[in-house]
Amino acid sequence: MSLPALADRAIVLRARAHDWRAAVRLAGDALVESGCTTAEYTEAMIRMVDDHGPYIVIAPGLALAHARPGSDVRCDGLSVVTLAEPVEFGHAHNDPVRVVIGLAGVAPDAHLEAVAQLANAFNNADAIPALAEATTRDEVRAILTGGAPA
Amino acid sequence: MKIVTICGAGIGSSGILKVNAERVLQRLGLTATVVAADIASVGRVAADAQVILTSAEFVEAIGPTRADVVVIENYFDTGELSTKLEAAIG
Repeated sequence: MSLPALADRAIVLRARAHDWRAAVRLAGDALVESGCTTAEYTEAMIRMVDDHGPYIVIAPGLALAHARPGSDVRCDGLSVVTLAEPVEFGHAHNDPVRVVIGLAGVAPDAHLEAVAQLANAFNNADAIPALAEATTRDEVRAILTGGAPA
Repeated sequence: MKIVTICGAGIGSSGILKVNAERVLQRLGLTATVVAADIASVGRVAADAQVILTSAEFVEAIGPTRADVVVIENYFDTGELSTKLEAAIG
């Protein structure tokens, strides 16, 4: 799967979350809103952190919320949530989180292409702060595709 | 050489690590097979691996292994990945 085009419903800007669960749930809700997952997938994403710890905070300020492909995934999808106030996930190095990416894939292998494109965007160290500060959905799309804001 | 990237689901974050490890290896002129896997399958997938790349959260669960377990803090920092991979491969 290549990086799915981000629908408006998959992008939530300057949201408020009182804790990490609420932050992950926002990313899950955006996946549900865009028709890609059921609410069970959101709970599975939260369970990953309950089971394994805050490892989904893979870079300073960024959480990549995801769970295994399963019947709760209807299509490949991506969501982006930026937080008005940073949220602590309990990560030793990368807290606090300002951007949560929700990722869902129908099949495990299909994830890799989308993930490679995410890596392209985020290997630029400016991308996370730029996303956190984004004020329009087009800015978010431009940052994720590595282009200039429209 | 075989490198295994480990996360909770075997997709997503381990996929990011796999993609970036492959980029770094290419830059270093090294050849290796990089496989992303979930923590539940680490014993089987990483049995013949030289290096395991993962987060601090999984080190204990990975348990005893002959592979070098390398903890990555910033998955998008190819500089960190490059330095740590080079040190592990030696």
